[in-house]
Amino acid sequence: MSLFDWFANRRKDGPISQERQEREIADGLWSKCEACGVMTYTKDLKANQFVCVECGHHHRVFSDDRIHQLIDQGTWQPMNAQVQPQDPLKFRDRKAYSDRLRDMQTRTQLTDAVQTGTGKLDNLPLGLGVMDFRFMGGSMGSVVGEKLTRLIEHSTAAGLPVVIVCASGGARMQEGMLSLMQMAKISGALERHRTAGLLYIPVLSHPTTGGVTASFAMLGDIIVAEPQALIAFAGRRVIEQTVREKLPDDFQSAEYLLKHGFVDVIVPRTELNSTLAKLIRLHQPVPSSPLKPLHTVSNHHVAIT
Amino acid sequence: MPTTQRKTILLDFEKPLVELEERIDQIRNLAEDNEVDVSTQLRQLETRADQLRQEIFASLTPAQRLQVARHPRRPSTLDYIQAISDEWIELHGDRGSGKDDPALVGGIARFEGRPVVMLGNQKGRDTKDNVARNFGMASPGGYRKAMRLMQHANRFHMPIFTFIDTPGAFPGYEAEELGQGEAIAYNLREMFALDVPIVCTVIGEGGSGGALGIGVGDRLMMLEHAVYTVASPEACAAILWKDSGRAAEAAEALKITAQDLMNLGILDVLLPEPLGGAHADPVKATEILREALRENLESLLVLSPAERRDLRYQKFRQVGVFAETAHPSTV
Ligand SMILES: [Zn+2]
Ligand SMILES: [Zn+2]
Repeated sequence: MSLFDWFANRRKDGPISQERQEREIADGLWSKCEACGVMTYTKDLKANQFVCVECGHHHRVFSDDRIHQLIDQGTWQPMNAQVQPQDPLKFRDRKAYSDRLRDMQTRTQLTDAVQTGTGKLDNLPLGLGVMDFRFMGGSMGSVVGEKLTRLIEHSTAAGLPVVIVCASGGARMQEGMLSLMQMAKISGALERHRTAGLLYIPVLSHPTTGGVTASFAMLGDIIVAEPQALIAFAGRRVIEQTVREKLPDDFQSAEYLLKHGFVDVIVPRTELNSTLAKLIRLHQPVPSSPLKPLHTVSNHHVAIT
Repeated sequence: MPTTQRKTILLDFEKPLVELEERIDQIRNLAEDNEVDVSTQLRQLETRADQLRQEIFASLTPAQRLQVARHPRRPSTLDYIQAISDEWIELHGDRGSGKDDPALVGGIARFEGRPVVMLGNQKGRDTKDNVARNFGMASPGGYRKAMRLMQHANRFHMPIFTFIDTPGAFPGYEAEELGQGEAIAYNLREMFALDVPIVCTVIGEGGSGGALGIGVGDRLMMLEHAVYTVASPEACAAILWKDSGRAAEAAEALKITAQDLMNLGILDVLLPEPLGGAHADPVKATEILREALRENLESLLVLSPAERRDLRYQKFRQVGVFAETAHPSTV
């Protein structure tokens, strides 16, 4: 029985009272799909990697769950979890940046918008970075730049492939030019990783935009995207103001980028783990003999004269 | 030179200065008509005008500096390239996108006897030219042309000078379709791989990824009144303050001036501008730029390609401010 059938059967179990369901939504026991409106047990949604069982909509998945989905149990080794954001510009818009950071850390239990580490994916060792959209829209400041750079540098030294799951609104304005420069810093680290002959695969999840798109998201040896993810450099509204016309509905979607040659493959989340494993295995060095012989022959004898 | 004879484009903070200069002119004319000797008074007033100009330009706010950086008469990339080169040939085409991008120009020049590839963002010199140049906002083809020219430089061992002057990469429909993000990203990575010396100079407006896309080098230089910002103050105000009218506040908060970037450890060389800004004395501005390019190129030419790549990497590697503590409560 497929997972899908299992969910379908489960829904047949009988109706639940309206009242009970409302109470359970409030408790977070039930989740409503923002695409099709169908209610699913949050536990079931999580079991299906936050992909709607009804319509296939990919809900946002946060860094802890993503690591859990991709990394073999017991192999995750977080790196640089102690790297903390600062407020170098003493930035204050409608709220002080230092207050924003403190609130975000309390609310998300994250230090900043990325988790990095090493682990095994289907028994394949790799360096993994996972951005987290909850933390200030996944924006890239000094901490995101530093942690990803260290991840790439470590992977280069250790000879590991790198996978970075992107989810970002772009550069973090509250750190000004320090944020912009992280784009160059990470790209420089990727240049060295690439020169070492190692594989880098960014996974573009919803949304991947701005400075992240204009740096490490687009620098993959192979670029993977999740279905219907928004992938953009400039924002849709900015472009609509510039061109003064309505843009196609699928503009800047993963499918649109694939059609235009900027994404290599769109992979449903439920197949992400196996696809990444397949890609990494296809790039592993082949031992000495370039091709498998068509048939094996035994007992060649060399005459010694 | 009296301002009234030049049809200068005035910035609002220059008003007191202009009023004073107009008074000087009036007195001079009056004296000529009546054959009175007012040379002492005139000298005093002119000294005061000089002082006032110095005071105004020494204490420009970031928003005022942005106005100077965007001044329509400010020398552009092609102005500087033509002024500092003994020879120059502009080269077009990225060999891929099917059209040339006039918002990003480049070619080969002879600089102090040596062939150098020069390229940069090009704003228009008047309204018509500005429309043709897309206000200096390059398309993916522009960034790809820049990379093609830089790889040419690498192949023939020519140093590279880039000149940055753009509000940002073009946010257009076609630009997205042709991979604006990919074009910039590719340049960021590949500029680290180049063997030849690279000197980048922000001559006016350094707008976000559109500036950085030709901004990875061994040296970052900035003219005194140039700005370099992660997002335009207007866009930043619209997003963070929900009010684009508060751009002056955003310009202040974003730390976009040359001195700010020096303090943040991003800028290597701050180039003083002639009094009143580069547009007030383009010849002098050119001399300052030429001298700085020569000096920095010389110091880079003595290094090996591997040393340059290493130092270039370290230069960007060290940018960022963060803390390392075991407890997440130190913000
Ligand atoms: Zn659904
Ligand atoms: Zn045989």
